[in-house]
Amino acid sequence: MLAYVLRRLLYGVVTVLGVLLFLFILFFSVASPDNMARRAVGEKASPKVIENWKKEHGYDRPLWPWQDPKSNLLFDHFRKALTFEFGKSDADSAPIVERLKAGAGPSLTLTVPLFVLGVLIGVPLSLFVAFFRNTYIDRMGLVLCVVAMSVSILLYIVGAQFLIGKLLKWFPISGFDRSIAVIARFVAMPIVVGLAAELGAEIRLYRTVFVEETSRDYVRTARAKGCGEARVMGRHVLRNALIPVLTNVVIQIPFLFTGALLLESFFGIPGLGSVTVDAIQGNDFSTLRTMVYIGALLFVVAQILTDVSYALVDPRVRLE
Amino acid sequence: MPPLLTVSDLTTTFPSDGRRVPVVDHVSFTIERGEVFALVGESGCGKSMSALSLLRLVPKPGRIDAGSIVLEGRDVLALSVNEMRAVRGFDIAMIFQEPMTSLNPVVPCGAQVVEAIRLHEKVTKAAARERTVALFKRVGIPDPEQRFDAYPHQLSGGLKQRVMIAMALSTHPKLLIADEPTTALDVTIQAQILELLRDLRRDLGMTIILITHDLGVVSELADRVAVMYAGRIVETGRTRDVIDAPLHPYTRGLVRSIPARAPRGVRLHEIAGVVPPPTEWPDGCRFANRCPAVLAYCAERVPPVETRERDHQVWCHAVTAGLLP
Ligand SMILES: Nc1ncnc2c1ncn2[C@@H]1O[C@H](COP(=O)(O)OP(=O)(O)OP(=O)(O)O)[C@@H](O)[C@H]1O
Ligand SMILES: [Mg+2]
Repeated sequence: MLAYVLRRLLYGVVTVLGVLLFLFILFFSVASPDNMARRAVGEKASPKVIENWKKEHGYDRPLWPWQDPKSNLLFDHFRKALTFEFGKSDADSAPIVERLKAGAGPSLTLTVPLFVLGVLIGVPLSLFVAFFRNTYIDRMGLVLCVVAMSVSILLYIVGAQFLIGKLLKWFPISGFDRSIAVIARFVAMPIVVGLAAELGAEIRLYRTVFVEETSRDYVRTARAKGCGEARVMGRHVLRNALIPVLTNVVIQIPFLFTGALLLESFFGIPGLGSVTVDAIQGNDFSTLRTMVYIGALLFVVAQILTDVSYALVDPRVRLE
Repeated sequence: MPPLLTVSDLTTTFPSDGRRVPVVDHVSFTIERGEVFALVGESGCGKSMSALSLLRLVPKPGRIDAGSIVLEGRDVLALSVNEMRAVRGFDIAMIFQEPMTSLNPVVPCGAQVVEAIRLHEKVTKAAARERTVALFKRVGIPDPEQRFDAYPHQLSGGLKQRVMIAMALSTHPKLLIADEPTTALDVTIQAQILELLRDLRRDLGMTIILITHDLGVVSELADRVAVMYAGRIVETGRTRDVIDAPLHPYTRGLVRSIPARAPRGVRLHEIAGVVPPPTEWPDGCRFANRCPAVLAYCAERVPPVETRERDHQVWCHAVTAGLLP
């Protein structure tokens, strides 16, 4: 197990380094340090101001090591990421760590309830339709799921904002407030929209898993020895079906920290998702690096967590 | 004493193209206490569905459409869901054709037997464990203490089937249904499992319904036999009578294919063709389109029963008409 995790970590390091290199190449093939400076200090700034900005932010050096082996942007990029020296935003010079701290709260108030509710509603509902498999309850459920998952999330967002926010005026259309008393008012609608958008696919997936399990031979054995239907579902089927369900759930956990890009930007929630979107739009390389780097690290962690959780719940799986 | 089990006109159907197609069609037989009753027939003729019907475990969308199953005077088909649960595993236990997949992969083997015991008897976990280990020993599982905690994937197919047998025996059922218990196993393991069934039968006086497509096994183990073809019983009687003097052309074909009976060097006789799918079964005698002794009306008319001495029964127009000796 330990050897396995260490090996996976090694692969993880390679993955993260690859992502960083890819980001660097991609970013600087569409934007140059001059572009960045102009976005930061204004399009009409004099060449002198531009040069000053580049010097201050360290972008006065060449990009590649073969241009200057001692001092170049690529090495700088890797050094800063690997030493977790996030530094300041290239757009407005604010410390990126502060930005992360400020964005984490709003993001988590959105993503954590979305995730927890998704599991708490999705798993029992899919168990319910699986219990009624091949009856009209099941078929109605399936049709609903397919309809729900075929609608674009943008439509949910606009529809909810119009119906709930504008006509019914139950919740504000968008915005955010950190005070505990009113925070729920601002995240309620995005959570409902997020659930509507994700539950269809989730229930359909889990239902397939459950139904597949109920036709297995060991289920017949359980019935043949006298288990009631509730016990068959709750003890035998659930325990086996939880293996694929759990992995689908565990892999989502790390991404709670990266926020929900679309929901945050449409509902005006100043979370980490918005930080990333702003960084892309503002040619803010240092912030973008931080977000991509953290995302890649979380991805690697998610993969290892998934494998480990597999090994914990399924006796047939041994990590080697 | 009345028989342990009486099955009359049992009919189990599956839907197909808007109608219900029988896969078990008016099957009748009785089981006496302490006997081994064999159900033989080729693949797809409805043996497993008959067995599952007895436990009311026909997979959906299949269902029992007609007939009666009477176990010790109780009408099994009239039992409530809860009463039926008490019958399963306690009065009637079953061993399946697929030992590799019939155990729950995420539960240790011993715990699965303990569950079977504790579903029907109020005993402590420790007592159930002790009984399970003893059963493991009885069915020939080496190192029963260690195997108790083993997961199914850690055991071979033969050992898994032994665990299934231990589970089936754990509550001393009145009737054991063994559905092709050896088909999925290696030849040497097959012999061992059959040996075990023979011992259990001798030592415990078990009543067993043994499902197989191997008449060799039948002649070794069974007291009586019913030959099934395409959902119907075509011949039944004492094993000696049926195997030594088969009447139905289908049984004759099966008997000639027992390896030990074929002269050395002679190619094994096989019945040409296979059992057609249930949707294509003929109206009259189901065997008509494969029968070497077929008569003009066989495919249209259902054959009547012809009874010979010692309850040797056969359903065949040619036999009834005296055209077959
Ligand atoms: N779920 C199902 N839906 C429709 N038809 C089925 C289903 N299960 C079984 N059947 C049909 O019922 C018939 C009898 O099947 P059964 O499993 O009882 O055969 P069997 O005699 O046990 O054969 P084998 O020796 O292969 O185990 C088969 O012809 C099969 O086509
Ligand atoms: Mg079968």
